Amino acid sequence: MQELDNDRLVWMFTQMLRIREFEERVKRTFEEHPGVIRGHTHLADGAEASIVGSLATLQPGDQLMATYRCHGYPVALGTETKAIMAEIYGRKDGLCGGYGGSMHLVDPSRGFMGTSGIVGQGIPQATGLGWAAQLRSRSHSPQVVLAFFGDGASKQGAFHESLNLASLWKLPVVYVMENNNYNVSTRSEQEDANAAAGEPLSVKAAAYSMPGVTVDGGDPVAVYEVVGAAADRARAGEGPTLVESKVYRLSAHGNIIAPPGVPLHYPEHEAITTFGNREEYEAALRGDPVPRFRARLVEQGVLEADRADRITEEVRAEMDAAVQYALDSPFPEAETAARYDYVYA
Amino acid sequence: MARELPYIAAVQEAIFEEMGRDESVLFYGQDVAPSDDDNFVKAYGRDRVRVSPISETAEIGMAVGLALAGYRPVVELLMAEFMLVAMNQVVNEAPRLRYMSGGQVKVPLVLKAGYGFTAGWAGQHTGSIYGMFMGFPGLKIALPSTPADAKGLMTTAIRDDNPVCYLINYLLVLEHGDVPEGEHAVPFGEATVRRSGSDVTIVATGWTVGRALAAAQTLAGEGIQAEVVDPRTLNPLDTATILSSVEKTGRLVLVDQGTRHGGASAAIAAEVAEHGFGSLKAPIAQVTALDVTVPYSEPMEAFVLPNEEKIAGSVRQVLGEAPVAA
Ligand SMILES: Cc1ncc(C[n+]2csc(CCOP(=O)(O)OP(=O)(O)O)c2C)c(N)n1
Ligand SMILES: [Mg+2]
Repeated sequence: MQELDNDRLVWMFTQMLRIREFEERVKRTFEEHPGVIRGHTHLADGAEASIVGSLATLQPGDQLMATYRCHGYPVALGTETKAIMAEIYGRKDGLCGGYGGSMHLVDPSRGFMGTSGIVGQGIPQATGLGWAAQLRSRSHSPQVVLAFFGDGASKQGAFHESLNLASLWKLPVVYVMENNNYNVSTRSEQEDANAAAGEPLSVKAAAYSMPGVTVDGGDPVAVYEVVGAAADRARAGEGPTLVESKVYRLSAHGNIIAPPGVPLHYPEHEAITTFGNREEYEAALRGDPVPRFRARLVEQGVLEADRADRITEEVRAEMDAAVQYALDSPFPEAETAARYDYVYA
Repeated sequence: MARELPYIAAVQEAIFEEMGRDESVLFYGQDVAPSDDDNFVKAYGRDRVRVSPISETAEIGMAVGLALAGYRPVVELLMAEFMLVAMNQVVNEAPRLRYMSGGQVKVPLVLKAGYGFTAGWAGQHTGSIYGMFMGFPGLKIALPSTPADAKGLMTTAIRDDNPVCYLINYLLVLEHGDVPEGEHAVPFGEATVRRSGSDVTIVATGWTVGRALAAAQTLAGEGIQAEVVDPRTLNPLDTATILSSVEKTGRLVLVDQGTRHGGASAAIAAEVAEHGFGSLKAPIAQVTALDVTVPYSEPMEAFVLPNEEKIAGSVRQVLGEAPVAA
């Protein structure tokens, strides 16, 4: 694991901000450009530190897989934000040509091997990537795979089957569970036996004889250290680790679900809408990882306030441009739906 | 007495009322009543109404166990695709146990799920995947297309002694219609004629029923009288009603929101080709979704789906009134 020098810390802050500003634009699109985004979007606001701290450990050749809550990873990996936004707007210039949409971003050129819209299903696929990485490591420098998923996904058989296999075969996978304590509007202690018993979800690792670590997912440096140590272990051939990264999602699970004709928008967080617990949500806002990290870097003298402001301005300009680009991008030709060379290779 | 209700409320009303009539009916699934401030919880308590983890294999497998033990579970699965992670329980356990036991056991359960949400939900949440369930004897499939049927078919699904995939077309959830108050059961295996006509039979299910009726309206303006038949359940399938309609009209257009290859419309076409060949004056036509994954972008999504124009065009074609491509 490399030391985080000042440049790297500023890079991390910048990436967190880019994810936040990107997601803000997605959310605002529902108000500012009604009808432009269809279907379902899921935002990473609140998880920026976890995503960036994890991705900061990647080395050339490493790969990752994620879920439908997937905008943050390619943003931080350097995929053009205008291509991501255009995909979410269903445009021809979108990252996936408008075929996939918000839930199915993929950019193999940057190691982002895709997502599943079905809870838990990316986990075994990432495990397969891990096997491939293990095979590549026989002749190249060791590579790892990061598998991202939610707390809820750890109640799928796919999770348990994968962790067992990965541990058995010492696959170089770091399983990063982003624990936001909710599955849509169900709280973890209502659906998870460990949570109900007051235990961290990382205890699940013990069943598969692998390390399980819980980390504050609002602290990118802490995440970097934990995921980095797990990645080092994986590169050394010692097998997988389960990292439980505790985050708070600052938006609702997704935009409202409604048939065509009903304008979509983001409702308030389920803490409020389902449980009437505004205080929980407001406490999370007070601990917002993005301003928290900025303040820390400024306080430590890593980043001057006016440089942070300049970065913020640049990031906002980038994201505004991404929105404009996506709005200006044409729709795909309808007939290109019948690209049978996309159905069968 | 009937009053107007949205389709989705009619579904919930049927479950609520059946739970009141029969203590063995249970209701659970993801995001079912996470808060106690819920009508089902207040009326029936946490013994019978539960929120479950995202564990479809266990949720559906447990329903099989509950059913074997004499309960009538209704499992909320949100979207039909989420059943796929538990495919073995759905198709290889629930529908087979009775037969393999030589009739000793029965497995009454309802798998309640949405489908066909072609509203920008992209590749993995839009499927009209009922066709694949048709190949499993023992598994019933209900596809309500109106609020009244939504209630009536759910009542029957809960009372049925077999596993039932009760599939809600998510494009219809806010459609309003008259729904009978109190007990209302629509029998399985009884198609309904939504519009009568003498020139052509259109068979449609779910959301495509409305599209077919709209096409029939347009065609009526051209002097073409289309009969629109809604099978309501695919298993059991009321082939008798379809065949007698075809006997009258001599022409058949099948509409299906699902893909063509191996889909529901292909199964119906085979029945009519075998048993109604003598009445056919033209080849059977199918207006289905294209054989692709549903794309996200709106123009491409629309291109993939059946619609009024495609249905009307197909009807004109079977009536020999459309120019034949050279
Ligand atoms: C197999 C399956 N079941 C249910 C769903 C519906 N669903 C989508 S996201 C979600 C909650 C997932 O919670 P978690 O894994 O904690 O991830 P989060 O969304 O909180 O990031 C559910 C239930 C699904 N997509 N797939
Ligand atoms: Mg979660």
